[in-house]
Amino acid sequence: MLTIATGNRAVAEAVKAAKPGVIAAYPITPQTEIVEQIADYVTTGNLESRYIPVESEHSAMAACIGASVGGVRTFTATSSHGLLYMHEMIHWAAGGRLPIVMANVNRALGPGWNTWAEHTDAFSQRDTGWLQVYVGTVQEAYDATLMAFRIAEDERVLLPVMVNLDGFSLSHITQSLETEEIGDFLPPYHLPHAIDTENPRGYGPMTGPDNYYRFRWDIERSMRDARGVIAEVESEFADRFGRSYGPTEEYRCEDADVVVIALGTFGKEAEVAVDRLRDEGIRAGSMRLRWFRPFPDLDLSGREVVVIDRDYSFGFGGVVAHSIRAKTGIEPYSVIAGLGGQEVTYNDIADFVRGRRPGEETWFGVNDHV
Amino acid sequence: MTDISRRSVTNLSAIPKEEYIYRCTSACAGCSSSLCLRYVLKAAGPDSVLVVPACCTSVIQGIYPATAMNVPVYNVAFAAAAACASGMSEAFAATGKETNVIVYAGDGGTVDIGIQSLSGAFERGTNFLYICYDNEAYGNTGMQRSGSTPLGARTTTTPGGKPTSKKDLDRIVEAHNPPYMATACSAYPLDLYKKVRKALSIRGPKFIHILAPCPPGWRYPTEKTVEMGKLAVKTGVWVLYEREFGKLTINGPSKAAMRKPEPLEDYISGQGRFKNLSPETLDLMRQQVEQNIQRLAREEEGVC
Repeated sequence: MLTIATGNRAVAEAVKAAKPGVIAAYPITPQTEIVEQIADYVTTGNLESRYIPVESEHSAMAACIGASVGGVRTFTATSSHGLLYMHEMIHWAAGGRLPIVMANVNRALGPGWNTWAEHTDAFSQRDTGWLQVYVGTVQEAYDATLMAFRIAEDERVLLPVMVNLDGFSLSHITQSLETEEIGDFLPPYHLPHAIDTENPRGYGPMTGPDNYYRFRWDIERSMRDARGVIAEVESEFADRFGRSYGPTEEYRCEDADVVVIALGTFGKEAEVAVDRLRDEGIRAGSMRLRWFRPFPDLDLSGREVVVIDRDYSFGFGGVVAHSIRAKTGIEPYSVIAGLGGQEVTYNDIADFVRGRRPGEETWFGVNDHV
Repeated sequence: MTDISRRSVTNLSAIPKEEYIYRCTSACAGCSSSLCLRYVLKAAGPDSVLVVPACCTSVIQGIYPATAMNVPVYNVAFAAAAACASGMSEAFAATGKETNVIVYAGDGGTVDIGIQSLSGAFERGTNFLYICYDNEAYGNTGMQRSGSTPLGARTTTTPGGKPTSKKDLDRIVEAHNPPYMATACSAYPLDLYKKVRKALSIRGPKFIHILAPCPPGWRYPTEKTVEMGKLAVKTGVWVLYEREFGKLTINGPSKAAMRKPEPLEDYISGQGRFKNLSPETLDLMRQQVEQNIQRLAREEEGVC
């Protein structure tokens, strides 16, 4: 059905279609609309889930962990400080191999107190064993959330998935949204290690050095397998519903001399910048990174690269920039921009490309030369 | 499997023979909390799941791939047990299972780091049983103070004796108005068994607070564990009671102790943790014990 929705509403619609058995949630700006909308679906009988209104994000993830291993599909949503407050349980969910799906509405971290978009919250969970996808449109927020359940619950993966959408610039803007009758796209929830009192086991007990690393390796093996599973699921989604996605979304990249790499809404904004630059005779392209974990293989040979980081790893550099550097060997022009909701237009992005200085780093609006 | 639901329990020999804790666990000699868990599981039966945060029990259950428990045990982070149990309980409800969800947590994971999730789960009306086995310190990590450590007790982080009183967990839980809450003590296993049975027959959040004497933590000889528990009750330091749908009943052993309590010194003097207790602190402890008994007695009589 075609409608108009915000990014938050799109996530809630996808959750309604996925029919989780348990949703545990705590409200936080700018995610609030997701959990309010789901609470409304449950109260009005439009979604037959059990909704646990927890007292904190730490408990939200703990409740999802209990429910997931208890044998039902689970969902929660959070943002920023809420995500950091559940950090301990984020590790616990991945280590427990539980296919929990969570929407994270990307937001800056205090102090100073700031509710606008930034990716540092999600990147601070980079090493937890969660898959991370970053969406650029309202439709993609819906589609990625639906696919997240399928990917997470695949027995080759069995890891939690975080669907990231930019605070306000996607969570609160409206675009057209096509919702689907998903049929059997999501099979019934099946967790091979769900709790079974007929077969008592210990879950997450003390584990010595001789076994602990094997569990860590198993997470990494599943991360590697997840690349193929993601491709399969996205391909089937395209066949069924007509919208196709990949590890990256490329725009006019085929013959590009310079490629802009960014996540989320900046990745979409970069497409407009690319059109501008092409009009000026600069052969630019945009490569929006969708999956950050597992990190995709990128073919950037022979190109200059401009990376926009809406995040920073203090004392080192932009997280995406150094990921690209490490993965491809290319020295990108690293632009730090959009922190805490700083306005960055497609004209600004075009300027980054025009004034690029490979191998250097610029903080937009602070020490930029453009 | 014996149908324990049909068996009336009036003495220890009527408690089921089935064991849900295997022999030779890594518990300390004289450990009362593992003794309690043995009776808890006998009362709960095999269709039960334990949710265990960081505590002595998470050590006692053994090291992967072994387990000392014959029911599923879900280990979870220190602060998260009650919230995890909420999710599990809702999942079982969603799938139509009657499985008992039992949190078995130490005092640190309950009165300190876990109290937020405990409060949340009780406020939400989670259908589960929360058991706090209280050895009055962080036993697992070598006897540091917890909020449940009593006034005057020496721990590794209160080497001069704890300057403040034990946090009154039961009054905090009581403020949530659970349908069933009780105290118990490892020295009275039949009483504990009955309370677990009763708790699990009621829907909603239930709470049992067990005083669990700890030989290395309290510094008494291992063979004195039962004696130490009995002394706690007989001196009135620990009062055995139940609160069912708000109505308080003080149990037999504590009734007797309230009529004629044994001297507090008998309880204190046998424990190295109270060594060199000042007369002022002892007086304060005595006052606290008397005030607590009087408050409970008044409540039972319907005066307050």
